[in-house]
Amino acid sequence: MTPNPYLWLIPLLPLAGAAINGFFGRRSSKKAISAIALTFCGGAFLLALWIAIGFSSASAPYYFDLAHWLRSGDFHADFSFYLDQLSLVMMLVVTGVGFLIHIYSVGYMWDDDGYYRFMAYLNLFMFFMLTLVLAKNYLMMFIGWEGVGLASYLLIGFWFTKDSAAAAGKKAFIVNRIGDFGFLIALFLMIQHFGTLDFPALFARIQPITPETAGAGLLTAIGLLLMVGACGKSAQIPLYVWLPDAMEGPTPVSALIHAATMVTAGVYMVARSHVIFERAPTALTVVAIIGTLTAIFAATIGIAQTDIKKVLAYSTVSQLGYMFMACGVGAFSAGIFHLMTHAFFKGLLFLAAGSVIHGIGGEQDMRKMGGLRLYMPWTFSVMGIATLAIAGIPPLAGFWSKDEILAQAFNTSWVYWLIGVVTAFITSFYMFRLMYMTFGGDYRGAPAHDAHDSHGHGHGHGEPHESAWIMLGPLVVLAILSVFGGFVGWGNHFEHFLDPVFKAAAEPGVQEPIREAGGKALEYILMGISVSVAALGWLLAHLLYSSRPQLPARIADSLGGLYKAVANKYYVDELYALLFVKPLVDGSTTILWHGVDQGVIDAAVNDSADAARHVSDEVRHMQSGNLRSYAGWVAAGGALVIAYMVWMGVRG
Amino acid sequence: MNTSAFDPIILSLVTFIPAIGGVLILLIPRRDRDIKVFALVITLLAFVASLHLPVHLHRNQPGFQFEIDQPWITNPNIHYHMGIDGISVWLIVLTTFLTPLCVLISWTSIHGRVKEFFILLLLLETALIGVFTALDLFLFYFFWEATLIPMALLIGMYGHGRKVYAAVKYFLFTMIGSMFMLAAIIWLYAKTGSFDFAVIQSAIRSGSVPGFTNASLWLFLGFFIAFAVKVPLFPLHTWLPDAHVEAPTAGSVLLAGVLLKMGTYGLLRFNLGLFPDQAHHNAPWIMVLALIGIIYGALVSLVQPNMKKLIAYSSVSHLGFVVLGIFSFTTAGLNGAMFVMLAHGVATGGLFMLAGILYERRHTYEISEFGGLATPMPKYATFFLVAVLASVGLPLMNGFIGEFLVLSGAFQARPIYGILAATGVIWSAGYLLWMYQRVFYGQVKHEVNKTLPDLNLREKTALAPIAIAALVMGVAPLLWLGAIDPAVQAALAPFTQLTAKVIGQ
Repeated sequence: MTPNPYLWLIPLLPLAGAAINGFFGRRSSKKAISAIALTFCGGAFLLALWIAIGFSSASAPYYFDLAHWLRSGDFHADFSFYLDQLSLVMMLVVTGVGFLIHIYSVGYMWDDDGYYRFMAYLNLFMFFMLTLVLAKNYLMMFIGWEGVGLASYLLIGFWFTKDSAAAAGKKAFIVNRIGDFGFLIALFLMIQHFGTLDFPALFARIQPITPETAGAGLLTAIGLLLMVGACGKSAQIPLYVWLPDAMEGPTPVSALIHAATMVTAGVYMVARSHVIFERAPTALTVVAIIGTLTAIFAATIGIAQTDIKKVLAYSTVSQLGYMFMACGVGAFSAGIFHLMTHAFFKGLLFLAAGSVIHGIGGEQDMRKMGGLRLYMPWTFSVMGIATLAIAGIPPLAGFWSKDEILAQAFNTSWVYWLIGVVTAFITSFYMFRLMYMTFGGDYRGAPAHDAHDSHGHGHGHGEPHESAWIMLGPLVVLAILSVFGGFVGWGNHFEHFLDPVFKAAAEPGVQEPIREAGGKALEYILMGISVSVAALGWLLAHLLYSSRPQLPARIADSLGGLYKAVANKYYVDELYALLFVKPLVDGSTTILWHGVDQGVIDAAVNDSADAARHVSDEVRHMQSGNLRSYAGWVAAGGALVIAYMVWMGVRG
Repeated sequence: MNTSAFDPIILSLVTFIPAIGGVLILLIPRRDRDIKVFALVITLLAFVASLHLPVHLHRNQPGFQFEIDQPWITNPNIHYHMGIDGISVWLIVLTTFLTPLCVLISWTSIHGRVKEFFILLLLLETALIGVFTALDLFLFYFFWEATLIPMALLIGMYGHGRKVYAAVKYFLFTMIGSMFMLAAIIWLYAKTGSFDFAVIQSAIRSGSVPGFTNASLWLFLGFFIAFAVKVPLFPLHTWLPDAHVEAPTAGSVLLAGVLLKMGTYGLLRFNLGLFPDQAHHNAPWIMVLALIGIIYGALVSLVQPNMKKLIAYSSVSHLGFVVLGIFSFTTAGLNGAMFVMLAHGVATGGLFMLAGILYERRHTYEISEFGGLATPMPKYATFFLVAVLASVGLPLMNGFIGEFLVLSGAFQARPIYGILAATGVIWSAGYLLWMYQRVFYGQVKHEVNKTLPDLNLREKTALAPIAIAALVMGVAPLLWLGAIDPAVQAALAPFTQLTAKVIGQ
């Protein structure tokens, strides 16, 4: 372990930016606000780059103990930072993609009245996210964990005069809190049994424990509880319901928080806790199952959405499922690999979608788009690249990471692999459907003046138009990363880079990669299958949404109830409302408040009060008089007591 | 100058500065402005004086400090005995911190009988500080009851709505509870010939109190009932929502901020300090009541249509955490309980101040009367959000530290208690954020709300210390825990022996 005294500056720089803009932004010019926000976020990015350049695997991990935070008895948790290969990847993704999205936001949010607020919140988010990533103990990670939840709450509800936005922000926070509940219990278990939450110390104590192959045990419990937390933050079944609603936030927020960074925190946390999960096979299996189910479940919903951001939201849920599937089969580095490439192409997809929405006056319904390739060629090109990347078309970034996950999944069980491949097919289909509906054919939008402007962008919209370069610039950079970002996986470079994190700690002989098991031939066959299903998905989308555009409606009609269920997201929100929210509110009102509190306890009190009515009569008498009588009562009582005491004192 | 020259008199000074100020107000002519300024100066003076205590407290030295012990009355044997440790010191500072803010927040909301209002407020402050400094049980009881009258009058005279009903209910509940404590105190005096806490404690520990074994359960319960009503512990809590809703803002702030902590302080100091065996023995059902309070208070809070009632029920939930922590008999639990007391005082005190600010503008607490307030009142909305976040226990805010420690302690004592109590993190987010959404977000629904003025300078001055304290306590809790931890460990010493004894058997 090598100390690195600069680590703490990385999260603290954006915090300073948030504080300055938060306090003074209301009275500052937009240029000054942008300068502050970009300087502090960019500063964090440059510092991260500089640290990354100086990073040497020989002296890693780096750490820095900044200050004491919480101490109670023998337990302590401090403001300590930790940088190993895993947090390095996360740090670069967060600061890099984060900085790009900051730049983009300057263009996207410029005309909004709450511009300073938006930039301050974005900086605040960066602070919490970097705290999460660079924490040296679970409690500090929890600061970031809940903190990004706060930033997310504020940013989803950024346009708070819209009821749906305010409700979505609250929903996100509360659903995340359900996950945090699990996370907290996991922490209590660790404190109780290992006495520390400090990563190096804690994992050193867990290392010697043999895997709990017999099923349940302490580590299994901890792992499952951590997974509850991850399900909340990373929108997995059954806690994914907040993420689609979170699209109420401005689009840069969806890109930064709800695609590229925050929602991947759960994956990072599970990977960070790999020492625990590797010794808890049952928990690991649960992770894999949840991830796999979420991947296919969310993908099917994505097929039937017509809101461009909702498609991307369900796609994110689905892709996060892939990452958990990877972790669940023990391929943590593959999961992190996909996390990184996903940050590139999904960040790009959202930003490009934002560019589309911006260019046609706030419309998000794809049925009112179409033909936009002519109006915004740059946006069309970069979004096309991102689509190829997410669909898994070689040699773009998504191909490498998805292929890695599917190969590793196959090694554990062909069931995971098969569901993964089906998901890949669906993914390819709904993404190209999105492309055709948005950019293909002719423009179906309303004429200039009717284009309603739900987000309150000030300027009027005539024809759909391409976005300014301050927005296109970040898109182009992300497009380049989406094309070439996967090459770090060439020859398993990425995996080997992370080996010191995941391999050093692993039980020898556990979860060896597929190359030994299946050989090259199998690897190529699997790769061929996943590429062909991606192509098939594209073909089907082309058929349905380009060459035979009248077909989808007919298919939807023939499917009837099934289609309705999918379009309505399987009615899960309605089910939760019926099962949890309504009984809770109704029960609390009628049974607890009116029933127990007023009906039982207060009634009993009042009955006994009646029995002692003369007492209250007396008191009421006292109360009914004028001021002089109140003061008189007080004075008289006080005087009596004091007189008595003084007299006793004097006498003594 | 040697600051320790102050040490023998500092506690008397801190305790009685407000009361002396109150008496002096009697002499000031009825010019409201002068009275307010004077009250503010006095309360600030008390605050500054009280800061001497944490600054000069020897944190690792066990036992009471700044002690003063003068024989007062020989028969009965009553001493003017005061002293503090790492537990009481912060409750005193909390009191002196909140009172000047109460003065500020009452500046324009009290219309008639201004003079009497501030006299009552200052007398109340002295009584509250006295409760936390007294080490003679008689003196303690004196201060304890002395808080009752000014508070009841504040509610009854300056409240709104059914203020007399609320005042009487409050008075009767706590009065009846206190009777049991008085009986227990008299029993102890009869057997030991002393009201002195330390004397009684050592007599009990050395086993030289005749008949103690048979009486200890009743003594424990005598103290317990008085404190449980004050906390308030489920099901003795129903006086609280009524008292809060009708009380003037300053009354609510001190009621939630400090008065409730008299109960939890009493549990910690007397029920644990004097009767460790009984505390240990009775812990299971007390913890169950605390748990019920946490969940029940939160759920009832969720559905309140009245903002102040909502905050009141949330206090029932938060104070449940305190009791749970205390009766977990773990270092984390007790540290956390102490910290929740302080954090709740700041955050909920802030919430009541904020509710009062709104009441001054609209004369209602009904949540449905608002909506969209973030548009006309952005600064107000920001302060409110800070108080909400502190209250829901967001990390780096003060609510988190205490809640985390309490839950961790409860979990060590009995995992299922920790797990059930931890659901509180979900409920609190639910009731507070839902309320926040209904009050601040969306379009402004009622025409009158469109032109509501945002915070003025005085209101900002009153709220800023709350926001700063909530943040500093969350970021640097060791400033507080550094003093609390050793005191808590000392308080726990009998229990570690007790557990060891049980294991040894």
